[in-house]
Amino acid sequence: MAKKSVVTDLTFGKSDPATPICAKHGNRPDALLEILHDVQHELGHVPETSLPFIAHALNLSRAEVYGVATFYHDFHMKPTGKHVIKICRAEACQSAGGFAVIAALEKTLNIKLGETTPDGRVTLEAVYCLGLCPMGPAALIDDQPKAALKAHAVEALVKELA
Amino acid sequence: MVKIFVPRDMLAVALGADQVAAAIAKQAQVENISVQIIRNSSRGMAWLEPFVEVETAKGRVGYGGVKVADVAGLFAAKFFEAGEHKLGHGLVEEIPFLKNQERLTFARAGITDPVSLSDYMAHGGYEGLKKALALSGADIVKEVTESGLRGRGGAGFPTGIKWKTVHDAKADQKYVCCNADEGDSGTFADRMVMEGDPFLLIEGMTIAGIASGATKGYIYCRSEYPFAITALKEAIAVATAANWLGQNIQSTEHSFHLEVRRGAGAYICGEETAMLESLEGKRGMVRAKPPIPALVGLFGKPTIINNVLSFCAVPFIMAKGAKAYAEFGMGRSRGTMPFQLGGNLKRGGIVEKAFGITLRELVEGFGGGPYMGKKLRAVQVGGPLGSYLSADELDIKMDYETLAAQGAMLGHGGIVVFDASVNMATQARFAMEFCAIESCGKCTPCRIGSTRGVETIDKIVAGTNREANALVLEDLCTTMTDGSLCAMGGLTPMPVMSAFKKFPEDFGLATHKQAAE
Repeated sequence: MAKKSVVTDLTFGKSDPATPICAKHGNRPDALLEILHDVQHELGHVPETSLPFIAHALNLSRAEVYGVATFYHDFHMKPTGKHVIKICRAEACQSAGGFAVIAALEKTLNIKLGETTPDGRVTLEAVYCLGLCPMGPAALIDDQPKAALKAHAVEALVKELA
Repeated sequence: MVKIFVPRDMLAVALGADQVAAAIAKQAQVENISVQIIRNSSRGMAWLEPFVEVETAKGRVGYGGVKVADVAGLFAAKFFEAGEHKLGHGLVEEIPFLKNQERLTFARAGITDPVSLSDYMAHGGYEGLKKALALSGADIVKEVTESGLRGRGGAGFPTGIKWKTVHDAKADQKYVCCNADEGDSGTFADRMVMEGDPFLLIEGMTIAGIASGATKGYIYCRSEYPFAITALKEAIAVATAANWLGQNIQSTEHSFHLEVRRGAGAYICGEETAMLESLEGKRGMVRAKPPIPALVGLFGKPTIINNVLSFCAVPFIMAKGAKAYAEFGMGRSRGTMPFQLGGNLKRGGIVEKAFGITLRELVEGFGGGPYMGKKLRAVQVGGPLGSYLSADELDIKMDYETLAAQGAMLGHGGIVVFDASVNMATQARFAMEFCAIESCGKCTPCRIGSTRGVETIDKIVAGTNREANALVLEDLCTTMTDGSLCAMGGLTPMPVMSAFKKFPEDFGLATHKQAAE
């Protein structure tokens, strides 16, 4: 029996959570970044298994979708921790002691930038400028902005995250 | 009913504004005092955030750096009747940091509720568009050209000429794109105006649409600015409902539709052609120019691309006339610039002044110098691709040409101050590292040169063939400057070489003075 072609199989991707998100954006290829943001918001990451369905819905090649998903720092192909700390590494925060705060975070969490704690609780990421430059060092913790961070206060900050 | 203002600005919230607003509401209830809490925009006095204001018969009075723990004390001091308190700053308009500014773009900062259309219109909003609706596209372009407005994103290209190119182009569809991918460290004026006065950007872009014949606009906003994205979307919905956006604006023949698009954490998408690729849903790879985006832009159509601050200067120009705007400034830099003071400063924030103010007036006068009275050592002007200036260069005048003559650039007007604890070799290395992380990878000098740059600086600092590697670094920087496709690789040598030439001692090399002896 011949395998069903992807092109003619109207049920293709129906069960994947990315498919309705693509439809919400009118299956427009120029909305790919918005679609990937929404997928990540819903699932916590952009699963590689969803990429073929997104490609199909937008009439793009899988390579094109993979290329976009991996180009941008925001998109994660692997699940992130329950909490995500995005800490600023850029110049204005450096001038206010940003690297000391990053070192304190790495020590407290016992992970490096770009890693997730083994218990899956916290992901620590670098970000380059949040526009809070007069009151650095700054961070986004689960999308909540924080400013004027102090290295000695990092431990308490991390403890707050359940 | 007492009107109390607590900013909804991202920085104010980062410092606890939401909790302070809630605490004030709760305490007012306990004390049975009738208050209305308005979440206004920020005044741009960052060191005083959260900055709480109270409306009185004489004007608004302000209380700075308010924490939840201060709220009970503020009530005890009757702050709602402008009572004296240690956090008090008296009449807000009289605070020297604000009083000495020339605010055109930031005229409404701190005064209005960002998403209230009636607030916006009560403070001069939509006056520019009203005038533009009665003019021809060519007349609008002429007005913008005569104002001398130049692109505030960094390149300083005359805005009127760009608009004329799109106006003159023949096409079935044209676009207006706002570059709101304000990725430069030390810059936050775009963020503040988008969060604090989103209708201003909408008005500026709508005027651009009418001037050029474009009916569709996109705001490409970086994802690091979630508050700005929320405010813009709210304001677009309000403006559309009031027919200031959409089909037949205010019953004229002009239509303009506007959409916000999120970036995804790629610095390179602040480069205009990479931004276009990203808006089309692709990887943010830089396009070769020509063709210029004004002729072949978004989806291959003629496109006006301007920075947030460029669009936001336009409503004033249309409302008050090109001449009123051009009266500010010096030389070929006309108008005002919202300078952004950040980093190690006592008083950081937005300082909007006419071009021609000195760097010293900004960082020492307005900014008060590094905090805790430490000595200023270096200032980076113009973001991560901008030059480092040393403490003895502070008398330089802030305008496009003067800075360029000094081997520096204004960029987006970001100013980051470093005190004596900074190591300039670390800063130079960071500039190369940042370029390596954020390069789109299309051209070799940027993609490979930045990685080799990090390695070479490491060797110089470690003392490995120091003199020879210093030559390699200079050579590498020349290649990047001359051979890169866009400003990312092309300007990374600016912070690197300025740090290297002005602070050789940090690289383990002899200072100029030592070398001369």
